[in-house]
Amino acid sequence: MSVEFPLASLLPNRGVAALLPGDVQVAVFRTSDDQVYALSNIDPFSRAAVISRGIVGDRGGVPVAVSPMHKNAFDLRTGVCVDDPEVSLKVFPVRVDAGVVMVGAP
Amino acid sequence: MTRTLVIVGYGMVGHRLAQAMRDRDVAGAWRIVVLAEETRPAYDRVALSSYVDTWDAGDLTLPGVEGVDIRLGETALEIDRATREIITSRGERVDYDALVLATGSKPFVPPVPGRDLPGCFVYRTIDDLDAIRAAVESAGRTGRRAGMVLGGGLLGLEAANALRGMGLSPHVVELAPRLMPIQVDDGGAGLLRDLVQKLDLTVHTGTSAEVIERDGRRMVVKLTNGVELDVDVVVFSAGIRPRDDLARAMGLTVGARGGVVVDEGCRTDDENIYAIGECACVDGMVYGLVAPGYAMAEVVADRLLGGTATFPGADTSTKLKLLGVDVASFGDAHATTEGALEVVFNNAVAGTYAKVVVSDDAKTLLGGVLVGDASTYTVLRPMVGRAISGDPAALIAPAGTDIAMGSLPDDAQVCSCNAVTKATIKGAIAEGCADVPGLKSRTKAGTTCGSCVPMLKQLLAEAGVVQSKALCEHFEYSRAELFEIVAGSGARTFTELITKHGTGSGCDICKPVVASILASLGTGHVLDGEQASLQDTNDHFLANLQRNGTYSVVPRIPGGEITPAKLMVIAEVARDYGLYTKITGGQRIDLFGATVDQLPHIWRRLVDAGMESGHAYGKALRTVKSCVGTTWCRYGVQDSVALAIQLELRYRGLRSPHKLKSAVSGCARECAEARGKDFGVIATEHGWNLYVGGNGGFKPRHADLLASDVDTETLIRLIDRFLMFYVRTADRLQRTSAWIEAMDGGLDHLREVVVDDSLGICADLEAAMRQHVGSYADEWRGVLEDPEKLARFTSFVNAPGTPDPTISFRAERGQRVPVQLGIPEVVSR
Ligand code: SRM
Ligand SMILES: Cc1cc2nc3c(=O)[nH]c(=O)nc-3n(C[C@H](O)[C@H](O)[C@H](O)COP(=O)(O)OP(=O)(O)OC[C@H]3O[C@@H](n4cnc5c(N)ncnc54)[C@H](O)[C@@H]3O)c2cc1C
Ligand code: SF4
Ligand code: FES
Repeated sequence: MSVEFPLASLLPNRGVAALLPGDVQVAVFRTSDDQVYALSNIDPFSRAAVISRGIVGDRGGVPVAVSPMHKNAFDLRTGVCVDDPEVSLKVFPVRVDAGVVMVGAP
Repeated sequence: MTRTLVIVGYGMVGHRLAQAMRDRDVAGAWRIVVLAEETRPAYDRVALSSYVDTWDAGDLTLPGVEGVDIRLGETALEIDRATREIITSRGERVDYDALVLATGSKPFVPPVPGRDLPGCFVYRTIDDLDAIRAAVESAGRTGRRAGMVLGGGLLGLEAANALRGMGLSPHVVELAPRLMPIQVDDGGAGLLRDLVQKLDLTVHTGTSAEVIERDGRRMVVKLTNGVELDVDVVVFSAGIRPRDDLARAMGLTVGARGGVVVDEGCRTDDENIYAIGECACVDGMVYGLVAPGYAMAEVVADRLLGGTATFPGADTSTKLKLLGVDVASFGDAHATTEGALEVVFNNAVAGTYAKVVVSDDAKTLLGGVLVGDASTYTVLRPMVGRAISGDPAALIAPAGTDIAMGSLPDDAQVCSCNAVTKATIKGAIAEGCADVPGLKSRTKAGTTCGSCVPMLKQLLAEAGVVQSKALCEHFEYSRAELFEIVAGSGARTFTELITKHGTGSGCDICKPVVASILASLGTGHVLDGEQASLQDTNDHFLANLQRNGTYSVVPRIPGGEITPAKLMVIAEVARDYGLYTKITGGQRIDLFGATVDQLPHIWRRLVDAGMESGHAYGKALRTVKSCVGTTWCRYGVQDSVALAIQLELRYRGLRSPHKLKSAVSGCARECAEARGKDFGVIATEHGWNLYVGGNGGFKPRHADLLASDVDTETLIRLIDRFLMFYVRTADRLQRTSAWIEAMDGGLDHLREVVVDDSLGICADLEAAMRQHVGSYADEWRGVLEDPEKLARFTSFVNAPGTPDPTISFRAERGQRVPVQLGIPEVVSR
């Protein structure tokens, strides 16, 4: 149960939203070192589907995406919120193959 | 039982006493009555001369004091000590348990024949200034008009400058052989005279007025040296005399040169009567400055509440304000202490004179005089009476040695106006005050003359609260420094900048800042190339994110003027996309609830109808509000709508450290609320007044006058400079108000830079603005014309066009509003 889309539609250091079966939303990010990460698109603090529209960067070396709603940062690798480790985003398996990104159910 | 305190006089010091009593008398032991001769509430007399900038008395008014019976326009005429009763000018009798005289002083008018003629004035109250203005206006002569000020001291020079502000050429007549004889020594006075004359002031020293005559509308003043002056007004500023007449009539002791004699608790010979401020004589001294008066008010407040505070004596250091000439003197400026030594540095080329007076062993600083450059005044003044380490010459060395505040003992006064010591400020910092505005409201330091503000900054820095200028963990530079780096290095990408000047990969703080700097420098569309990845979501989608993940759309409506046809297009778009519609506080229309993929369709229709981005999403120019002005309004004196539109179109799209707002009002009634804006314009009979540094929001602040009666061309030139200077030097998210307040020298410095071009950068600032104006292009049109950018406006990368299932609406008052979904997949550990 995975979806795929071209890597070219992912700007470096920016995210996109993808829709998995069952209305599950994933935020997929590509960092400047060409790593690709997939996390739940829903901001647990504001409950809006906006994580994919956040700025990508690092907090003390930890790669993060920052929710545009109230600026909470989430570790791209683990989904854990850097400001509040009690809260985290679900992480989705993701793979890039021959210029195609594949995201699966967790 | 409640006792009654009567304060006679509601000047600066009477006001401070009323305020101190209200702050401290929490038990309500005292009922307070204030008898005030002047008919307006207490105002800032120290800033009196700035009244000529706006002629708005409200600007000077001191904060009101709650729960005090203030009787404006009611003078104390007689006091009966036996019955403890005061008879007032309204014929009333007021009883007191304690009486405080705070009657201040009156200007001394030397007995020159003709001194009572119409056209002769003193310079002490707002009413005096109104009267001078009325006389200047009614003199109605054309050509070169002049005024004479008798007295070349601190106040005389201020008065002369005020006359200059009213369009007169001032003559200053001083009996002593030099200007500011009390404060400045011979060495500094020569330079002072040169500097003052450059400002179109004519100086006559060593002479006085022999007779004043009136000839029709003209006044002729004959000086003792034979010179005759032909002037419109004469202003006496030849010193002040304490108003001690009530005390004399009651038989209280007065000093040899006047002033009600009081002890160190500020009490007169009558145990129920105190005297404070300029009418009091403590230890043989009558102080003509506000700070000692404030200290006396605090002493009396303490005593009335059972304390034992004593007046510590005060410092008579002074600094000339407003004239644009730096002059300061402090401590024993004339080296009258036995054995005192002087170190002088006189630089005729640079136009600066500096002198420090030290003790015979050269180990203690006693005083000094600074002319031409008084920037070290704030640091040197509190060091008076303290040991100096090393060579005293280093204190005034031209290399501008930074004198560390650290060397200052804790009990040294940092703010002399409000008697705030270094220890108090350090305490406030330790308790969490992290910036100058915080220190101001907590300790009162810096709130009167403002000259100690640079020291407050230095103390913050030295306390390690270090106002870290580092933008974030990735750049150790401030936004202003980063701007210089970008502008100077030619670096035009974030990657290049962070590689060369930063660390790590960036974050949600530094990326938008760099994006904004690049945009201010005019580097193409904000979503071009790598820039797109730097933008906050609002800038990334050129719309404002709402709580449910939808966006709002705000087309620009310059000056708030819109045709019915455009209104209809907006209405149709709103109807077709089901957008919640609201009139904003910025005279335009906001359409809410658009999804990411709807944005380009909505904007296509708006752009086709001739509309463009309103930048509601950006740290950029928002709106220039207008009132209807001359076109319709019966009071309007200029076309405020046309100017507002012109300004909005000129500055649209300008990216800045924070949002920018403006407004133009067609007359002084100010219907557009221009003084609540970053830059506001108010029409006058002769042109425009420009105000800067206002805002509403969390901490409202009225804008200050930067220039008056300028024509449209000058106005725009000044705004160009002001905005570009702001864009280049402000911190991230610092509105213009906070930027000006944090600036060393504040508004005066700003005026020097953007009006007088003191830094020689104005041509550059104007060129930068020209480049911005010339390269402006609508950001939404830019997106619509670029398929690559358009492609990003999609709900799901793998299912474009599929609506976001989390977004839904319900109806409220006939429009759609968001419903927040319960979302099951949130994980919490
Ligand atoms: C829409 C509007 C309210 C309305 O329905 O009237 C509004 C809405 C918002 N304001 Fe405002 N402000 C609106 C007029 C004002 C005004 C009145 C004015 O401009 O005359 C003020 C006070 C004046 C001022 O700014 O000095 C105002 C002071 C603020 C502040 C406080 C700024 C400050 O310096 O303290 C913020 C917070 C900020 O910017 O950090 C803010 C922030 C916001 C934000 C951007 C909050 C946010 O981040 O989501 C709101 C989003 C607007 C949106 O999504 O479209 N808004 N806001 C007004 C849009 C005006 C326009 O046409 O552009
Ligand atoms: C142009 C100008 C510039 C100045 N610049 C500075 C400066 O830079 N630094 C500085 O430290 N000081 C400065 N001063 C001096 C400063 O303003 C005074 O030291 C301060 O105002 C003294 O306060 P006060 O309350 O003692 O007297 P005032 O402010 O004069 O107040 C006395 C009040 O009592 C009222 N009054 C008098 N008699 C009666 C009565 N019988 N009944 C009722 N009311 C009465 C008067 O009308 C007046 O309103 C300046 C003064 C002027 C005029
Ligand atoms: S500010 Fe003056 S010109 Fe403008 S609407 Fe108000 S009264 Fe009329
Ligand atoms: S010294 Fe005047 S405000 Fe501090």
